[in-house]
Amino acid sequence: MIRKKTSRALPELTYFKPVYFFLLFAMGLTGFAQMPIFKRYYIADIPGLGWLADFYATHYLHYIGAIVLFGFFVYVAVVYWGLMRRRFQLTGAAYTRIAILILIAITGIFRVLKNLPDVVFSPLFTMTIDISHLVFMMFLMVFGILFMILKKGWLVRK
Amino acid sequence: MPKEISRRSFLKGSLVAACATCASQVPLPASAKSKSGQELATLIDIRKCVGCEACVEACREVNDFKYPEPEKPFPKMVPNRVKVADWSDEEGREVRDRLTPYNWLTIQWATVEVDGEETELSFPRRCMHCQNPPCADLCPWGAARKLENGITVIHSDICLGGKKCQVVCPWDIPQRQTGVGLYLDILPSLAGNGVMYKCDRCYNRIEDGELPACIEQCPEDVQIIGPREDIVREAHRLVKEEGVYIYGETENGGTNTLYVSPVPYETLNEAMGKGPGQPHFDKVEDQMAHADNLAKAMLIAPLAGLAAAVGRIYKASKTLGDNTGEAS
Repeated sequence: MIRKKTSRALPELTYFKPVYFFLLFAMGLTGFAQMPIFKRYYIADIPGLGWLADFYATHYLHYIGAIVLFGFFVYVAVVYWGLMRRRFQLTGAAYTRIAILILIAITGIFRVLKNLPDVVFSPLFTMTIDISHLVFMMFLMVFGILFMILKKGWLVRK
Repeated sequence: MPKEISRRSFLKGSLVAACATCASQVPLPASAKSKSGQELATLIDIRKCVGCEACVEACREVNDFKYPEPEKPFPKMVPNRVKVADWSDEEGREVRDRLTPYNWLTIQWATVEVDGEETELSFPRRCMHCQNPPCADLCPWGAARKLENGITVIHSDICLGGKKCQVVCPWDIPQRQTGVGLYLDILPSLAGNGVMYKCDRCYNRIEDGELPACIEQCPEDVQIIGPREDIVREAHRLVKEEGVYIYGETENGGTNTLYVSPVPYETLNEAMGKGPGQPHFDKVEDQMAHADNLAKAMLIAPLAGLAAAVGRIYKASKTLGDNTGEAS
């Protein structure tokens, strides 16, 4: 248990988690919106959610989310290294999450590269990164739920 | 002077390139490169087209083996708002006045005034083969893909028929056929709805050193094909010397299908029939420009995160130092 005193000294302990959840939810939502499912299954018919059926809008938001996420990941990593690592250590669940997040980020970067003009990957590689990006995200969701049930957090006190 | 792109030189160049590159490609479809390694583009001179539909018939004949043979009855769609798209009956297969899964090239008509004379123009329409194709960029499965030689193809064994490619295509080119493809083996009622079909610019013929059928069979030599740089140069020459108008050079960021017309495209666009399977000649902004711009911002994001984190650590260490100072 991380005491309130530590939270006051390190406000990151309070806000990292909600920011992380919000960003992942936004990325998951806009990512899944890249599949033609929200219109088919009436979700985009819900007032206020029509934008989920706009592939360009969700793609734009997914890119914006990726920009924020990249900045956030680097911030978290450096702040952990600079301010937290002496008092806390990462759990096995954290390392698993980090590994999956890195795989999502790498495949995402290749997807971004693929979408640039003048960049052409082979058909097999294109298909591999397209599908693996989705599969890794599903892994993250499955492991996230599993770790939540098992109450496996990110940090433990040294 | 632009290099003359004769059938012979094209065949020679592409055969050499195809032989050199086919070994390096992964399955389906191995891409052919142009001789110079550039993307191949076509130039369609609308002034030459007589609307004989020889290109349409040639396209249908050589691509017949790629056409869908759907299984019937079609799976029941859930929810039922998902409509089947079926062109597979005899009547549907014979449709030629629009794009369908069985008709990848159509002739459009427009009556316009050329040099003060009322003239009926005809012009072949098919996939524009964009340089940065949204259909391939945004396909969630990688079923739509761009080849190194500038051709965009949809892999019919992978496509689930979600129609996203048609929605994001500025010209609504790909056409769906229900009852065929991978979705039948996954969740036929719940996900997917067939396969999307469109012109693949005879990638297999190009691979074999042959011309696309529509170009080969055209009696009026309406189309030429070659490295995009040469095609653009030729189009510019026609603009300068013959006062024509270009379409496709900059549309959607540039396509590998350029048209030259004796009248502005606004005029042509107003006079021609448009609708499902009948593409327009509107101005088209680069649909993927947002992605290109944001991709640059992605490079800066980690640096911003790093700078913020360093600032945070510096502030924390300063606070700690001040507190230590006060304590002493």
